[in-house]
Amino acid sequence: MTHSDPESDSAAEASPVLAPGHTYGTVTDKISALVLVRPYNWRWFLGLGVGFALTMMLLLAITVLLVHGVGVWGVDVPVMWGFAIVNFVWWIGIGHAGTLISAILLLLKQDWRTSINRFAEAMTLFAVACAGLFPLLHLGRPWVFYWLLPYPNTMALWPQWRSPLIWDVFAVSTYGTVSLLFWYVGLIPDLATLRDRAKNRWAGYIYGCLAMGWRGSARHWHRYRTAYLLLAGLATPLVVSVHSVVSLDFTVAILPGWHSTIFPPYFVAGAIFSGFAMVVTIAVPLRAAYGLHDFITTRHLENMAKVMLATGLIVAYGYLMEAFTAWYSHNPYEEFVQLENRPFGPYAHTYWMMLTCNVFIPQLLWFRSVRTSVLGLWVLAFFVNVGMWLERYVIVVTSQHRDFLPSSWAMYHGTVWDYATYYGTLGLFLSLMFLFIRFLPVISITEMRELVHETEQDQERRAEQSSPEGTVP
Amino acid sequence: MKSAPAPTGPYGLMAEFDRPDDLVEATRRAYEHGYRMMEAYTPFPVDGLAEALGFRHNRIAAVVLIGGVAGGLGGFFMQWFSAVIHYPVDIGGRPFNSWPAFIPITFEMTVLFAALAAVVGMLGLNGLPRPHHPVFNVPRFALASRNRFFLCLQARDPLFDAEGTLRFLEESQPKAISVVPF
Repeated sequence: MTHSDPESDSAAEASPVLAPGHTYGTVTDKISALVLVRPYNWRWFLGLGVGFALTMMLLLAITVLLVHGVGVWGVDVPVMWGFAIVNFVWWIGIGHAGTLISAILLLLKQDWRTSINRFAEAMTLFAVACAGLFPLLHLGRPWVFYWLLPYPNTMALWPQWRSPLIWDVFAVSTYGTVSLLFWYVGLIPDLATLRDRAKNRWAGYIYGCLAMGWRGSARHWHRYRTAYLLLAGLATPLVVSVHSVVSLDFTVAILPGWHSTIFPPYFVAGAIFSGFAMVVTIAVPLRAAYGLHDFITTRHLENMAKVMLATGLIVAYGYLMEAFTAWYSHNPYEEFVQLENRPFGPYAHTYWMMLTCNVFIPQLLWFRSVRTSVLGLWVLAFFVNVGMWLERYVIVVTSQHRDFLPSSWAMYHGTVWDYATYYGTLGLFLSLMFLFIRFLPVISITEMRELVHETEQDQERRAEQSSPEGTVP
Repeated sequence: MKSAPAPTGPYGLMAEFDRPDDLVEATRRAYEHGYRMMEAYTPFPVDGLAEALGFRHNRIAAVVLIGGVAGGLGGFFMQWFSAVIHYPVDIGGRPFNSWPAFIPITFEMTVLFAALAAVVGMLGLNGLPRPHHPVFNVPRFALASRNRFFLCLQARDPLFDAEGTLRFLEESQPKAISVVPF
């Protein structure tokens, strides 16, 4: 860091959100070059190749499922919601951090979000795409999925409005649509930048079509800004509602371990927790591979670590309250699930691994040295990703496999096709992410230019303040 | 800067600036001088620029409100109509119009329609998509999406005349002035 004035150092402003020395031109050139100029290299092909191979496995698993039916999965009475719902909730939760970063932090005027919001939004979109596959495939007859939607039909049937499963259809499809709109609107000025920079005629043509003739007119920016802010305002309650509705899928059922009022807030916090872990998981290799250290600074990583710590504590509180409420209620079924079967039953190892990954290990984030250690944070985020998957496994499986009647108790295990589908969606996510990194700007160029502008204004203001009084008119 | 003088009927004259503040200043000057048919182009939203052009209120918020209200009412009406009128199902005498259960979908529809209205409204009021526009005929305009700030005074403005407007723009000391052909 080449700080010239001692004042900003003493202000304990940690590291900046943008490395010094950047102008409108340099941020534009550096970020657009990632898409337009940089040659293809073997690492990108390797990454896309791995993702593509896993996506092919996903297609195979889906084909097998469609041919043989959901029996190829491990689901059976009494555990009817196996991997499909675990993966659905896990993926949709990951998406939430993208919306939080792009919408809520925008409204809170957190300027550090600028360099991570674009790929976090892309992550949201791809995670929602992966999430959406699972309930559809779980339908049993996925080819009539449109029966879930209200449309005029010759059967004169309507969806069941009083079922959380239908609320989920609306919540997730609205969430997917709004995330796509938000992402695309954010991209329009950047697509115009790529159109104007592209050397290749076809690239210029395609980016030009996508930019829709954006020319940066002041009146257009005026409407654009209003629309973008309103979209952020709309996405904020939406993101809270989506995971709340997902949690209602569980809580409206009267199964012990599901029927709990703490679920909506605890699910939303868990979603943000896992989402930020995924953002860190992607951001760390991304900035190393593409030399984005100027834009994704240590301050970004540290702030994300703090959000993970805060939401992780809310999740820990959720675990604690579930157990406390079970004990305090004296309901024998609740007590059995929460205090006996989960911690000491046949899935105890999953439960304790979940607590280790989600509660014990994240406590390391209290230490600044861990928050600022890139590798340490990355490994920790990986544990959280695993832990949050285990959490959904614990919730889905342990409540179902031993319910009210011991005669119907059974064990649940995923089959090879369960794992193939799950790893397949990881591959789909990876492929989409690699394609996105190659063909679209991973950082919002427009917002980086704004950040340069604001940084300059800040410096001017600071220079005025620090200059001797007589010289300032 | 284009060297050839304007043929009959250019689209306008375009001045290029290095700094957003200079552009805002030049725009304000042009507005005070009486120019109205003009537009400024910037690589990122600049505070106060639209106001300097005399553009204070856009109708996006109203469009979004209409979209949201339509979505909310439509969403609730759909559920109410289906559950009370079109296909009522009597389950142990429970009320047909069980409105608390209709709230989640009503909320989602409100957000969905408001968001669609925001995007469609923004694009529609901006007149996009529009692949061709005369300002793209200026080669240097490609920098409007990088690091340059442009002010275009249009020929259809009653005050516009090729010589006088050129001189007027020169007084703002732009980096360059280009003629925008049709």
